[in-house]
Amino acid sequence: MSLMNNLSTSMISSSSSPFLAPISFNSSRTQSVTVPPKSISLVKCVSTPQEQQTAYKTKVSRNANIAKLQAGYLFPEVARRRAAHLLKYPNAQVISLGIGDTTEPIPDVITSAMAKRSHGLSTLEGYSGYGAEQGEKALRAALASTFYGNLGIEEDDIFVSDGAKCDISRLQVVFGSNVTMAVQDPSYPAYVDSSVIMGQTGQFQKDVEKYANIEYMRCTPENGFFPDLSTVARTDIIFFCSPNNPTGAAATRDQLTRLVKFAKDNGSIIVYDSAYALYISDDKPRSIFEIPGAKEVAIETASFSKYAGFTGVRLGWTVVPKQLLFSDGFPVAKDFNRIVCTCFNGASNISQAGGLACLSPEGFEAMQEVIGFYKENTKIIVETFNSLGFKVYGGQNAPYVWVHFPGRNSWDVFSEILEKTHIVTTPGSGFGPGGEGFVRVSAFGHRENVLEACRRFKQLYN
Amino acid sequence: MSYSQFLSHVCMPHAVFLQLKTSSKSNAGSRLGHCSKVPRNVNLEKLRSGYLFPEISRHEFEHLQKNPNASLIRLGIGDTTHPIPDTITQAMAEHVRGLSTIQGYRGYGAEQGNMALRKAIAGKFYQDMGIKADEIFVSDGAQCDISRLQLLLGPNVTVAVQDPSFPAYIDSSVVVGQAGELEEETGKYRNITYMNCGPENNFFPDLSTIPRTNVIFFCSPNNPTGHAASWQQLKQLVEFAKANGSIIVYDSAYAAYIRDGSPRSIFEIPGAKEVAIEISSFSKFAGFTGVRLGWTVVPEELKYSNGFPVIKDFNRIVCTCFNGASNIAQAGGLACLSTHGYQALHNVIDYYMENAKILVDGFESLDLNVYGGKNAPYIWVHFPGSNSWNVFREILEKTNIVTVPGRGFGPAGEEYIRISAFGQREHILEASRRLKVYL
Repeated sequence: MSLMNNLSTSMISSSSSPFLAPISFNSSRTQSVTVPPKSISLVKCVSTPQEQQTAYKTKVSRNANIAKLQAGYLFPEVARRRAAHLLKYPNAQVISLGIGDTTEPIPDVITSAMAKRSHGLSTLEGYSGYGAEQGEKALRAALASTFYGNLGIEEDDIFVSDGAKCDISRLQVVFGSNVTMAVQDPSYPAYVDSSVIMGQTGQFQKDVEKYANIEYMRCTPENGFFPDLSTVARTDIIFFCSPNNPTGAAATRDQLTRLVKFAKDNGSIIVYDSAYALYISDDKPRSIFEIPGAKEVAIETASFSKYAGFTGVRLGWTVVPKQLLFSDGFPVAKDFNRIVCTCFNGASNISQAGGLACLSPEGFEAMQEVIGFYKENTKIIVETFNSLGFKVYGGQNAPYVWVHFPGRNSWDVFSEILEKTHIVTTPGSGFGPGGEGFVRVSAFGHRENVLEACRRFKQLYN
Repeated sequence: MSYSQFLSHVCMPHAVFLQLKTSSKSNAGSRLGHCSKVPRNVNLEKLRSGYLFPEISRHEFEHLQKNPNASLIRLGIGDTTHPIPDTITQAMAEHVRGLSTIQGYRGYGAEQGNMALRKAIAGKFYQDMGIKADEIFVSDGAQCDISRLQLLLGPNVTVAVQDPSFPAYIDSSVVVGQAGELEEETGKYRNITYMNCGPENNFFPDLSTIPRTNVIFFCSPNNPTGHAASWQQLKQLVEFAKANGSIIVYDSAYAAYIRDGSPRSIFEIPGAKEVAIEISSFSKFAGFTGVRLGWTVVPEELKYSNGFPVIKDFNRIVCTCFNGASNIAQAGGLACLSTHGYQALHNVIDYYMENAKILVDGFESLDLNVYGGKNAPYIWVHFPGSNSWNVFREILEKTNIVTVPGRGFGPAGEEYIRISAFGQREHILEASRRLKVYL
């Protein structure tokens, strides 16, 4: 069986297995190729009954919740396909517009603060051990004033973390298995996957490509990427991401007001993911807390990843207002704090020093420049697909372009684009059944790679 | 100093809610404003108090409020104090500066960690034990890994812990829903098996009295008792796990402190790869308590009852609930494992163990029964017949020294106090002086 066959049959099996020797890529920036120096393992089909019978097995049952997951997490799956492609075409100039990974260097003002903190750790005065699990005070204060200035969110409502993805799971641990949740469809896969792991869902239903017990709120061009709330069943938790990954849609003040009212009427808690807020170009709200009453119904999670290129540095934050209460009146923040103190030990102090520098006037301005660079990339990609006659969404308020391929299977489009242009994108169905027929193109990349990618798109689709 | 100023120095519980009264159900809506209709997670209700170490900090804070001029010596929370050797911080600074360049910029790393670091960990700690780099998952620390392992294992497993033990095993077990109700009289959770470890059994449980559980948490060298299990003891443990089809979660965070040739890894024991996961950390090894770096080893041979490899599911958890340790911390980790870095770190460990010796000698000179302090930076002192929180409070009040009451580590910790050996030499000497006077 050829390697490619082996890979394609195992493509839908579970997560990247370290069973085979990992492949590590050397970043060769002399070529116009973005190849993150990530080591990627190939998946080998695991079910070999003969092996299972002879090898020792414990008597511990596999966690049935994890068994419900259909495949690996989306982005390692995309990475796996990319790796397979490079095996097939070792000289291909692959351009990655798939995984939304930042590519531009971090501004000096920020890294020099981190270098200083690092050096300081070698001195008596500068050494620090365990930090407050909730984050360093100065950083919490800076986050409060920078992002929540007039919104009544205080420093001690803010919990610094190692990123939004980790916070999403910690929030799920707080909520536990006996809550119901709603997500946008399509949406960032971590909400659904963490819900499955926590045991909040039933089995995956292949016919509709949904997990039982999750309320999927369809977001399409037809409804302006905002769900018709009159058709949405009540759930305890509502995950809402704006600007949206993957569609790029940013909710209006009116839409968010309706969402807050919906949550209030239903006694639900909104988990609002604002990781792309600084990409907003118009007057859409940047924080859920701009909406009156939101503090009683919402948690907001955010990240330095896409603002400061901190995807590898790891820094984010979550806001849990004091006013947010469980049904018995117990403050959600108290339980979140307990989880943070028990299941976490604080974000890296060096990363936090970087975060503080990001929020200085000079640092913030430098961050805005990098964001502006990616926004310009987005514009170029949008224009390209528009010029080719595609229906294109997003791209105005987020570094993602959501391209419609009516009637086509998104993994097929993904494969076709990869095969014919050596460009990695992300298939829309990876974000939920509502993503079928769409492909997400991310706008992170060196300018020359983005321009080259657009040339290739034009060649393919002209 | 205001409470919020204090917060900047120590780990603290969410202070505001110390005053906030948890409401009575009947008045919830009207008195407190809008309440959601989301039920509180019943598992969190089962936790009786804050996590142990923020509670210690809170006592410390209150003491300072009452005695603003007290010259406090902190031998409580096991927090490292010695600066990190230059060679390591320079590597981190260099990596950081690289992030501002095109060649040196790095975005998302592999969730499992940088391969170079995984290889270095395998080579340094698991040489000749057949542990491969791709069985190693780099993390932001053992405390986080414990919870991720609990997420992996799920609510339907039974667990055994040493008594006393690091509180995160029990607390995370409660949070995930494994533990059952707390029995107030014994202070034990109904579904957790507590394996008594004391001087009478050489700090190793009598396994013949331990019922089978799915998972066994075992920490060696032990926090809080300081005991390093012998090869024979660990062989018994591995055999016990194998006979019962159980999984050992082996916490080796203090392995670098071993001086007497006791095993540093569970994988030194033949057969352990089929029954054990090992967690470890750079925190106490490299002073990375704030930098945040650790790792977990999940051998490919470790299988669930249906033959499914545990490593596959752990990888899925790591890819879904985590996004990798900071690349800066990982650069530091790699430097820690260089010849020069490793030597420099062992000098720091020697320094802490010299502290430990001073404290041990001090307590022994007072005819107290003292354990630990030989293979771990913790000293476990017995005050027969005492209530450990009372002893903790008295020591704090009379000598301005922060310790940790043994009861915080489990019911069998009652009558004991844990003293940690991290600190500057002069503080250790001063503490020893004060304790001799008071005791």
